[in-house]
Amino acid sequence: MSGSDEDIKHHIKVYIAVFTALMVATVITVGVSYMRLAVLLAVILAMIVATVKGSLVAAYFMHLKSEKPAIFWLLLLTASFWVLLMFIPVLMYLDSFEIGARR
Amino acid sequence: MEIPYTVDARPDTGLANPKLGIWLFLASEVMLFGALFSTYILLRVSAPVWPHGYEELSVPLATFNTVVLIASSVTMVMSWAQLKMHNLTRARMYLWLTVTLALVFLVVKFFEYGSHFAAGEYPEHSTFLAVYFTLTGLHGLHVLGGVIVNSYLAGPGAAMWRTEPERYTNRVEVAGLYWHFVDLVWIFLFPSLYLL
Repeated sequence: MSGSDEDIKHHIKVYIAVFTALMVATVITVGVSYMRLAVLLAVILAMIVATVKGSLVAAYFMHLKSEKPAIFWLLLLTASFWVLLMFIPVLMYLDSFEIGARR
Repeated sequence: MEIPYTVDARPDTGLANPKLGIWLFLASEVMLFGALFSTYILLRVSAPVWPHGYEELSVPLATFNTVVLIASSVTMVMSWAQLKMHNLTRARMYLWLTVTLALVFLVVKFFEYGSHFAAGEYPEHSTFLAVYFTLTGLHGLHVLGGVIVNSYLAGPGAAMWRTEPERYTNRVEVAGLYWHFVDLVWIFLFPSLYLL
């Protein structure tokens, strides 16, 4: 990532805007939690807001928005294994129903 | 021996080695925290009863820490931006600010842990607390690691600016990538543990 002083000053403005967005999202996350929604709905909403916040951090603070393809390939591979890892509890959960049904 | 491609991009990857190196490290970190998250989900969905985080933990303290950590990500990236504008003094000031915010985060965590221990709530107290202490403890160690690295870069490590300014700027950028990842992990830990 490189640029002239003017480019960097523009980046700084973007960082401040992202910071504001992250603060607003934090207020939303905490606010929603006080609504005491059903667990499934609360989980979905919380994860949506967290994903938006995480994407902002990755895209702007970690400069992924303008990163080289090698990084994206690396992250794609990581994301594939991560999805597999997250899928294991789902399989275990479904399997527990299967075992219950057989009994 | 001179280390190759510390500043210039390698022709094959299009990246300088430190940046590729930190992203490979962060990929391994995604799997480390991913495995723990996966375990947390498995334990939670398998448990007949699971407490709500907001009943067991302090949401106001965790919200304050979230703001602190996000603010520290901004100061970290501002430090890099100042180096890009050739202003070492301001860059170091932002780095020290990042370190201070990280220490504030750890002090709050210390008091949070302290209140649990005072109430006799140790990891063996419940599966929820075991998960809480494991995830936040590992994250806290990462924050401590960031404090050490950023303190070095703001302190004695800044001497590199005089001889190799671009290499020093890259070091701050790479330390920043690690720091933003620590922030990113907290962004997911906070709702998962405290708000659900």
